[in-house]
Amino acid sequence: MAAYLSLLDPAALLRACPGGIAQGLIWGVMALGVYFTFRILDLADLTVDGSFATGGAVCIMLIAGGMNPELALVICTLTGAVAGVITGLLHTKLGIPAILAGILTQISLYSINLNIMGKANQAINAGAVKLRITSNAMFLGRTIGLTAFCCLILMIILYCYLGTENGCAFRATGNNAAMSRAQGINVDREKIIGLALSNGLVALSGGMLSQFQGFADVNMGRGAIVIGLAAVIIGEVLGELIVGKRINYFLRLVFTVIGSIVYYLVYVLVLWLKFPANDMKLLTAIVVAIFLAVPYLQKQSKSSFRHAGKRARKEQKAGEQ
Amino acid sequence: MLYINKISKTFNPGTINEKRALHELSLHLAPGDFVTVIGGNGAGKSTMLNAVAGAWPVDAGSITIDGVDVTALPEYRRAYLIGRVFQDPMLGTAPDMWLEENLALALRRGQPRGLRWGISARERETFREQLAQLGLGLEDRMTAKVGLLSGGQRQAVTLLMATLKKPKLLLLDEHTAALDPKTAAKVLELSDQLVARDNLTTLMVTHNMRDAIAHGNRLIMLSEGRIVVDVSGERKMKLTVRELMDLFSQASGRDETDDKLLLS
Repeated sequence: MAAYLSLLDPAALLRACPGGIAQGLIWGVMALGVYFTFRILDLADLTVDGSFATGGAVCIMLIAGGMNPELALVICTLTGAVAGVITGLLHTKLGIPAILAGILTQISLYSINLNIMGKANQAINAGAVKLRITSNAMFLGRTIGLTAFCCLILMIILYCYLGTENGCAFRATGNNAAMSRAQGINVDREKIIGLALSNGLVALSGGMLSQFQGFADVNMGRGAIVIGLAAVIIGEVLGELIVGKRINYFLRLVFTVIGSIVYYLVYVLVLWLKFPANDMKLLTAIVVAIFLAVPYLQKQSKSSFRHAGKRARKEQKAGEQ
Repeated sequence: MLYINKISKTFNPGTINEKRALHELSLHLAPGDFVTVIGGNGAGKSTMLNAVAGAWPVDAGSITIDGVDVTALPEYRRAYLIGRVFQDPMLGTAPDMWLEENLALALRRGQPRGLRWGISARERETFREQLAQLGLGLEDRMTAKVGLLSGGQRQAVTLLMATLKKPKLLLLDEHTAALDPKTAAKVLELSDQLVARDNLTTLMVTHNMRDAIAHGNRLIMLSEGRIVVDVSGERKMKLTVRELMDLFSQASGRDETDDKLLLS
């Protein structure tokens, strides 16, 4: 134990934190996208594992081809949106259940991503291209500032959108489809818009991450949905703790990004504790499962058949005495 | 205002569960008609309303509302003509959205929904006035989630939503069936008020014969997907439950003692 503790270097943890925050902010963009489908549209969209890597692949290839990195981010956002539209069409026009439609798009994107890159991964020469988002320790402060600014702008745009007529129709679609149709809302169209918006954000996040790390990998999106869900759920728990039940949409979005940052700080901490990196996905899945299960179990413990039976037996005993 | 022309609908055709729900049913409503619809279970009352609302396409026949042939239009595209209240109080409102947001959604029924704000300050004021008229104290709960309201309150809100933007046709599908008698009476009274205020053309399905007689200017009875009784005017005003039962037995050619029908 002493030997293990002596291996831990507090300074190393501090050094790793800024990188964790930057990654958290980048993945926060992705978590905003997941929030839109998972919470507002009430639909688990598995496209994201594919569209995240698509964003990275498109971004890297465009930059390698000489495109301005910021413009490349815009283009990769659009390609993500296209992926979302395809999932939406599979779901609404061809009647494929949403989860399956997402899986189909995701798996096809794997091949498409390989085609985009020509091989499993592609790097850019960080020396030759001037990137504003980079993991280079010298510019990490600027990277964090820039990604935080990006998140803020996106949150403001998304919050305003949710307040518009179309945003209200979008929220109603996820909340009560029958009512939405009766109010003249084209439910299919709203779902497609939502999936496009969500996957656009996811691809943007993938593009930002590929710039951050200087390369794109065909597997970079594997398990992305779980990380997105982790961020959304951690954010919700924190939001409820800090703000309470009557939390507005803007703060919900803020807490989603905070959830992502917290996730990556925990990630950094766990790695610092010498937890094997290969087991991180397992750990993430367990954390998400716990966070999803806790509200359910809390409700159960308040009203379960077992407890009702116990109470009945107790009352009976009291009656007999 | 509403022309239903020989519509038919068969569910699960060609299977053992085949059910002929509507059989060349025709109905014409003049503007301002308030028609109550009764019939036993499976007579086709709700099916007729769903056909008009556009829940699915009809197998044959046509439907015209206010001169617009809606037969080929999906539900959301004919919604601008129709105000609708469902039997289930949970169906008519978005539970996780605010009361005022629900009303704002209803106010935009049939309009393109763009990137203008979803609700304006002026609309908020009109909503407050309209809610105050319900007399349920809802005008002070405009930013409460609708899911927190009781079934009766939600049904009253749905009714308000259905009539907020004056519809060409109001469809009430057993909208008081899930409420307790006192609340049901209140919601029915409110329905009468709103219909009278805007002189709305209305189709109201009910299981309650007394309600069917007491409300509206015309009464139709369905059996096996057809209209078997159609009374209006003076004759409807004088109608009694007993007479209605006799009419039904005659028309359907059998002694109908459906317990649901007797429950009134």
